[in-house]
Amino acid sequence: MRGQVHLWAAQRITAFVLAAAVFVHLATIMLAVRGGLSAAEIVARLSGAEGWLAFYAVFALAAGIHGAIGMRNIAGEWLGWRGRGFDALWLGIGLVTAAFGIRAAWGLYHA
Amino acid sequence: MAQLKVRIQRSDGIAEYAVAARENQTVLDVVTEIQREQQPDLAYRFACRVGMCGSCAMEVNGVARWTCRTHVRKVAEDGTLTLRPLANLPVIRDLATDMKPFFDKWARARGQFQPKDAPNGAVPVEFAVVPPSSPKRQEADAGIECIGCGVCYASCDVVSWNPDYLGPAALNRAWTLVNDVRDGGRRERLDAVAGDAGCHSCHSTQGCTERCPKNLDPSSAIAGLKRSIFWGVLAP
Repeated sequence: MRGQVHLWAAQRITAFVLAAAVFVHLATIMLAVRGGLSAAEIVARLSGAEGWLAFYAVFALAAGIHGAIGMRNIAGEWLGWRGRGFDALWLGIGLVTAAFGIRAAWGLYHA
Repeated sequence: MAQLKVRIQRSDGIAEYAVAARENQTVLDVVTEIQREQQPDLAYRFACRVGMCGSCAMEVNGVARWTCRTHVRKVAEDGTLTLRPLANLPVIRDLATDMKPFFDKWARARGQFQPKDAPNGAVPVEFAVVPPSSPKRQEADAGIECIGCGVCYASCDVVSWNPDYLGPAALNRAWTLVNDVRDGGRRERLDAVAGDAGCHSCHSTQGCTERCPKNLDPSSAIAGLKRSIFWGVLAP
């Protein structure tokens, strides 16, 4: 029961983070593509930039956690997938999703 | 006299009846007429006939309602009424549902008042003074008029997805007690209503609030529970 409340709280808090992060992300895209978009330009902006690394690491972690909790709830209601086993599965999926994003941010930081 | 077509979901299938369409009649009048004149073994439930007891709720043309307070002319579609037992509850027979799971959930949500001053049931020496205008009392008063008819429970999608879900009425009751300054069971009650079978499963689609015959707002009560529990998690 406590765990379920923590999941709910985590989903609300990550929603706040995502609302801000998605806004920054989209605004950056819009500004960045004004003069055309190239891989070199992206690497130039992100390589060695600790601020962007931290931003995208937090963004990816929030997205992974938020998405997995949401999928868990939908699967519980629509497919009857409930219980600790499924919770562990969704936790794993969330962390793997976040890890992919963080790995990408890490790769661009070191590019 | 014009005829009203009535389709009733009985335990062994849909049965069709025709009764006289009168100027002034409630859905409960129609069911009673069918039982008295045409189908003596038709099972349904009612008591007060005036919207006080909450026992005559059924699904009328797809919407859960008190049949005693529903005029036929306001809900009949093309001169037809389709009546079913309340959704989300086991059917005893025909239109009579078993309310046990519904009330068991009130108990699970700790819907019982626990006097703070007299935990052993003793009568307190002094009366508790609770100003009716105080914000907490007003929050409690907003949900206190529930008579337990089960209309909200039958209208709730989340109950249909998760049979363990406590449902709007039990959670509304819990919220009135959380706001009752005389009650001493706040912590246990918030624990009892938390989690996947409790308030955190509510999607706030507000079917309960839309359908409540007393115009209560269980949806807001559930939001209040979520809020209280959220701050309890962040700042225990």
